[in-house]
Amino acid sequence: MAYTIEQIRHLVDGALDWETAHRMLSEPKDAERFSMYREILQERVSWDDPILLPAGPHLYIVVNSGGDWVWKCDCGFEFCDYRQNWKLEALVYVRDTKELLGELYPQLMAPAPEWQVIREYYCPQCGTQHEVENPTPWYPVIHDWEPDIEAFYREWLELPVPERPRA
Amino acid sequence: MAVITRTQKKAAMGITWDRETLIQHRAGVLDRTRETGCYNGLEKLPLKEAEPIVFERLFSKLRSGVVDARETSKKIAASPIVEQEGELCFTLYNAAGDCVVTSTGIIIHVGTMGAAIKYMIANGWEDNPGIEDGDLFTNNDCSIGNVHPCDVATIVPIFYAGTLIGWAGGVTHVIDTGALSPGSMATGQTQRFGDGYQVTCRKVGSNDELFRDWLHESQRSVRTPRYWILDERTRVAGCHKIREMVLEAIEEEGLAAWQQFSYELVEDGRRGLLKRIRSLCVPGKTHQVSFVDVPYEHPDVNLVQPYAKINTIMHAPSTIEIKPDATWALDFEGSSRWGWHSFNCHQVSFTSGIWVMMTQTLIPTERINDGAYYGTHFHLPKGAWMNPDDRRTAHAYSWHFLVSGWSPLWRGLSRSYFARGYLEEVNAGNANTSNWLQGGGINQDGQVHSVNSFECAADGVGASAVRDGVEHGAAIWNPEGDMGDMEIWELAEPLLYLGRNVKADSGGGGKYRGGSGFESLRMVWGAKDWTMYFMGNGYMTSDCGLMGGYPSAAGYRFEAHRTGLKEAIAEGLALPLGQDFDPDARGYEDALASGAIVKRDQQCVTTEAVFEEYDLYLNYIRGGPGFGDPLDRDPRLIEDDINNFRVSPQHAKQLYGVVMSQSDDGSWHVEAGEATAERRAQVKQERLARAEPTRAWMQRERQRVVDKDATFQVKQMFASSFGLSEKFLREFKTFWDLPDDWQLTEEELHRDLGVPVFGATKDTREDLSSLPDVHVVTFVEE
Repeated sequence: MAYTIEQIRHLVDGALDWETAHRMLSEPKDAERFSMYREILQERVSWDDPILLPAGPHLYIVVNSGGDWVWKCDCGFEFCDYRQNWKLEALVYVRDTKELLGELYPQLMAPAPEWQVIREYYCPQCGTQHEVENPTPWYPVIHDWEPDIEAFYREWLELPVPERPRA
Repeated sequence: MAVITRTQKKAAMGITWDRETLIQHRAGVLDRTRETGCYNGLEKLPLKEAEPIVFERLFSKLRSGVVDARETSKKIAASPIVEQEGELCFTLYNAAGDCVVTSTGIIIHVGTMGAAIKYMIANGWEDNPGIEDGDLFTNNDCSIGNVHPCDVATIVPIFYAGTLIGWAGGVTHVIDTGALSPGSMATGQTQRFGDGYQVTCRKVGSNDELFRDWLHESQRSVRTPRYWILDERTRVAGCHKIREMVLEAIEEEGLAAWQQFSYELVEDGRRGLLKRIRSLCVPGKTHQVSFVDVPYEHPDVNLVQPYAKINTIMHAPSTIEIKPDATWALDFEGSSRWGWHSFNCHQVSFTSGIWVMMTQTLIPTERINDGAYYGTHFHLPKGAWMNPDDRRTAHAYSWHFLVSGWSPLWRGLSRSYFARGYLEEVNAGNANTSNWLQGGGINQDGQVHSVNSFECAADGVGASAVRDGVEHGAAIWNPEGDMGDMEIWELAEPLLYLGRNVKADSGGGGKYRGGSGFESLRMVWGAKDWTMYFMGNGYMTSDCGLMGGYPSAAGYRFEAHRTGLKEAIAEGLALPLGQDFDPDARGYEDALASGAIVKRDQQCVTTEAVFEEYDLYLNYIRGGPGFGDPLDRDPRLIEDDINNFRVSPQHAKQLYGVVMSQSDDGSWHVEAGEATAERRAQVKQERLARAEPTRAWMQRERQRVVDKDATFQVKQMFASSFGLSEKFLREFKTFWDLPDDWQLTEEELHRDLGVPVFGATKDTREDLSSLPDVHVVTFVEE
């Protein structure tokens, strides 16, 4: 089932009518979605780097001006190579006291810091909250995603493989 | 047909196809699968390709038949768990014990009943006690694949002209299994021996009739015999209905068609999974993790075994690897060890349950069968909580962590869905499906009774990338579950409803909010010698948010005794009705007698406590996690949330950075314009000011690791994971750049803190395989 780019635009905006959204959920997927989606996102960002993969509402893997594949924020901030964990180049705010956790939930419904903390990862440039973790103390920063971009483009989408990062 | 022609004639006189024994037959299926990568060597699907109409006709008949068996037979049940919640499932297996088609319902049992059949096959049931037409077998043994003892399965072999050509299986969640405490998912026992009556693939009937000794023994082994009997009749009726349908299909389509179909459909299911992975996902790896608290060092957890009275954390890190050929592997290396509690589970419960979840996302198809299992490479470390290496482990409430153990997989897949633009499929996770209100005693009808409220079949669902999570609408383990009617629960339980409301602030915040949970305030009424207990996550939130969204809220309990409500009702005074809107404000207490004893804390696992008439129990059902940065949330949605009591004004302001005001009529207005935009810009500046570079924080946190500065439960969790996985330890040490000689073991915790760590070392554990004449069936890489 194919959809119009306008419908995909509404989907991205969370404004798609439920009937169409339900159809999307219940019918086989439209293979052309990715290119329309990418086109919509590309026209919305303020920079020209081609988006390889969207990774969050404000986070992307892009080909930067140097030809490298990097994690990039909406605001233009480049975190690091796409194979690295972008969170290590972010800012982190750790809620590890009763008071800080109580800002998010009623005290009785908040995690207890002796058991668990909440870590918020922000873009160092614009302050967007890209990810939240809820691990125990000591837990290594989670490397969420290691996409195989080449296999995705070349073998699954049968689209040209974007330029490799420089050595 | 491929299956027949490839089968070598054997001299042995077995009961299945070509007179093979069941052991020979299953070994042949597995060999052919291994050699070709295709189930049973089916590199082609000759029936589907040559006679697609016959193939589809058989599928439609059998699939609708098992669904019909479920719908019809559940009317026989008396238990509201079955009748209201639909906690039953029927499945048709081929002769090798692999699922061909399954009904709707608790389809985790596709695998668990299959595991029981495979156990019977591997352990020579064919010779002793024998498998004949008209036999009935019962299984609820957790050490060979069952989820927990209350899931009782009836299994019926299907014969045609003297040959075993398949199996029908039916499972119901019974209301009591005679465990240490009443209710089907008890806490308090720390070993199998208190987990309830367990039956290992026992022959309980022949010639379609249940044995009298079985009926007498089983009924007196549980607290609720009437429910037990009717549940068993439900299962037997369903299985017989399926058997009848299969025989009818064979008469219509021929035996050869059934034989071929019963293997081809499994291979078709395997191929279907691969196609869906390719059409929805992105190759690569995702990593995710979840936790849940086991807070046993508390006065309200009464245990017989002193060594179990410690706080621990269950840990489930997972990696999804999607390969370029669209096959995939699910790896749980690093998981924590099993424990002295009833929250362990068998490997099959864990893997089979994943398919319940996948039918709601990756493979939302009627053609769910064991093909998906054959298309997946599972790695579950031996000795972990989901693959114990000790035959003493208890499993009654394996759901304490099962849901949260799987839920991160949905988040991992959602990264793929999001990347490809399939935003409608994104899900930030699932609620911890609790609280479980359980207990028992003498009910309002004067009978020995147990209760297990299944209201938590309607938790808040995780947010998607395009809308809020469904409010109090679903549980991951039963796609068809609901909260049930209050009137029915009041008939089944001596507990009146003083209220049932949305649970404010339970869904995780985000651009799209996690679905809210709900809460029911129950008052004991008409009971005698009554006890109840709590079961759920409390000190930890076990489900994370996604892409900037927050986790759902953690748990708390409220119970009240000596409430004075009898007098308050008589005098027409105010009662604690309605929401416990702000649990920190202790609003219910205002309507209780001054001498009331109230427990309001985060101790959400308790053992039996005495409840008298007019005592109160709050059943708080958890919400789902959120998606996206909360500062992106539409102010109009926030206003709606506040005015509908889903989010408190205080937390709306804090979470969403909005400017708001209250009208004289009490309603709230959230500014959608510049004022809120300015406030949000300010919040972003505040974030930048208060946060620090991750690497700087890591230096400080590393020092805490070096100094071993953490609570016992945190250290025990890491130590038990390290004890099972050198890889996890190595990665941990690499991440924190720890000295080579840094280590942390459970024995060290025992030595330094004097805390018992029973089962910590291999020489203190004994696997089921050590028993004589037991052939354990392994379904995963260990």
